[in-house]
Amino acid sequence: MIARSSTLSAPWLLAGPGALFFFGLVLLPLALTVILSFHAYDHSTGIQNAFTVSHYITVVTDGYYLEIFWRTLRIAALTTLICAAIGVPEAYILSRMRDPWRSVFLLVIIGPLLVSVVVRTFGWSMLLGSQGLVNQALQLVGFAPVRILYTETAIVIALVHVMLPFMVIPVWTALQKLDPMVEAAAWTLGASHFTALRRVVMPQVTLGMLSGSLIVFGLSASAFAVPALLGGRRLKMVATLVYDEYLHELNWPLGAAIAIIVLVANLCIMLAYNRMVEARARRTLG
Amino acid sequence: MAFLTLEGVSKEFGTFTAVRDVSLTIDKGEFVSLLGPSGCGKTTTLQMIAGLVEPTEGRISLDGRDITREKPNRRGLGVVFQSYALFPHMTVAQNVAFGLEMRRVPHAERTDRVREALMLVQLSSFADRYPRQLSGGQRQRVAVARALVIAPPVLLLDEPLSNLDAKLREEMQFELRRIQRKVGTTTIMVTHDQAEALSISDRVVVMEGGRMTQVDAPYRLYEQPSNAFISSFVGKTNLLAGTWRRNGTTSAADIGGVLLEASAPEIAAGTPVTLSIRPEKILVRDAGAGRLKGRVASRFFLGSQWLFTVETPIGIMTVSTPNLGVEPAAEGSPVGLDWSPDNMRIIAGNAAAAA
Repeated sequence: MIARSSTLSAPWLLAGPGALFFFGLVLLPLALTVILSFHAYDHSTGIQNAFTVSHYITVVTDGYYLEIFWRTLRIAALTTLICAAIGVPEAYILSRMRDPWRSVFLLVIIGPLLVSVVVRTFGWSMLLGSQGLVNQALQLVGFAPVRILYTETAIVIALVHVMLPFMVIPVWTALQKLDPMVEAAAWTLGASHFTALRRVVMPQVTLGMLSGSLIVFGLSASAFAVPALLGGRRLKMVATLVYDEYLHELNWPLGAAIAIIVLVANLCIMLAYNRMVEARARRTLG
Repeated sequence: MAFLTLEGVSKEFGTFTAVRDVSLTIDKGEFVSLLGPSGCGKTTTLQMIAGLVEPTEGRISLDGRDITREKPNRRGLGVVFQSYALFPHMTVAQNVAFGLEMRRVPHAERTDRVREALMLVQLSSFADRYPRQLSGGQRQRVAVARALVIAPPVLLLDEPLSNLDAKLREEMQFELRRIQRKVGTTTIMVTHDQAEALSISDRVVVMEGGRMTQVDAPYRLYEQPSNAFISSFVGKTNLLAGTWRRNGTTSAADIGGVLLEASAPEIAAGTPVTLSIRPEKILVRDAGAGRLKGRVASRFFLGSQWLFTVETPIGIMTVSTPNLGVEPAAEGSPVGLDWSPDNMRIIAGNAAAAA
């Protein structure tokens, strides 16, 4: 027989480890980062024990930081767009494949996730470098070599490569739930293949596409290894900027302020987007 | 007048032949059912007519026009799918309007025709609902309205009632027939439910292992099944295997030593035969009377009728008698079974093996 007091405390005991973990590893460091971002910093003496909002003001008024924020937003949005443009048709084709091929191609799509981010990114830098395979191929057919490595293009290419599964899988899941006869019904009612896709299949996978976009955007905006290795020292994104402030400038409070701004910005964009997605979901799927 | 014609239509999936040499002529305004157990090729046949599956061989023509290789969106046939396949992100009215939209019907006319179609299926007040807010029967009617609103030359129904519960199925069955009579559209329905096929069709096509085995009016199909499979698949029956005996002008079937008088002049003596007699054609008499003696093994009361299983020298027979308001023979009591020899169907040859 279980004592009453122990039944009452059971939920707390069960939730305890998780809550403790979350508190210790997420909330506490976050709170410390917020506090740190309001500390004054002096180049000769280091972190001062004085309250200041100067770091925030610096970030939002300095064109250098604004450019990096703007670039991050642009790269993340572009990556999301390209992932949707490639991933949605890819998921559709995948859902129409027969079994041995479907498993093979699913593995090909998930493949990038199985390779370490650093190895994968170095692979891209070898391909895209001035003497890389891409430029050699271009020269072979008579074009002038182009500079891809250390440009935004290189970052977007590598990000799309690794983010694609995060788009394909939600869309594929949405397609799995779709009755294949619904498309056939549209054909029998006089719709062409294209119209059936546009009017009947697409509206039902938008939800998958929107949630895929959310994941891709969030991960792209905070990507670190890809911009660090393919963007070079000069082409920074916010994650690499925070890293530099902490480890090169040793200006921790400024790094913390940037990190908090990124977090808030990302949160705002994703929450707004999610609201839109949910409103749509309620309307179409109940 | 032949409206829709299938000539020697076959479909192979790899080495598997789903439909084998189906030839069928359907008149304008007819209601035809394709009846058979699952995997008999009836749905494949329907999908070939709809254009969703391309026949390996044969020719399909509609009103004199060859449509064998025509795309489904060019055929203009109305199809009601087993899952209904409604567009979940569109309202009932939008679902129904879709086909008209594809045909670029002007907006005002579209609204009128959608309203008419919804009135026909008695769903006028549900126009702005989404399919998920409807019951199974209502969804089915939306699917029918969506298929009929485009005024198709042929309406194809793929197991339209199989997702409904028993009571609703019966209601919808007559509802379908009412709608079909009203609009006069040539209709082909696929079903595995023989009661459904018999009750609402003008003609029933029985399919077995990809082949068409009998095409007949429901009544004739029931009374004169062409083989043992059909006689047991369509309705209930007692199948008795035996040998044909002939003695001058009289003939009889020898079922394990018991001679049952029957007439079938074309059968030679000594041929193995299968007799089929429906439970409701057998009369229960007092012990000693009738053609066969037996003992009631069990008795079930079904309300409108009684169902007996009777042990006889030639095996267990199923008998059903109408409930006449008096309690019939009790379990264990001896009875005599009688029937009119005209009601005994003789299937010659190795049809017994098929049973």
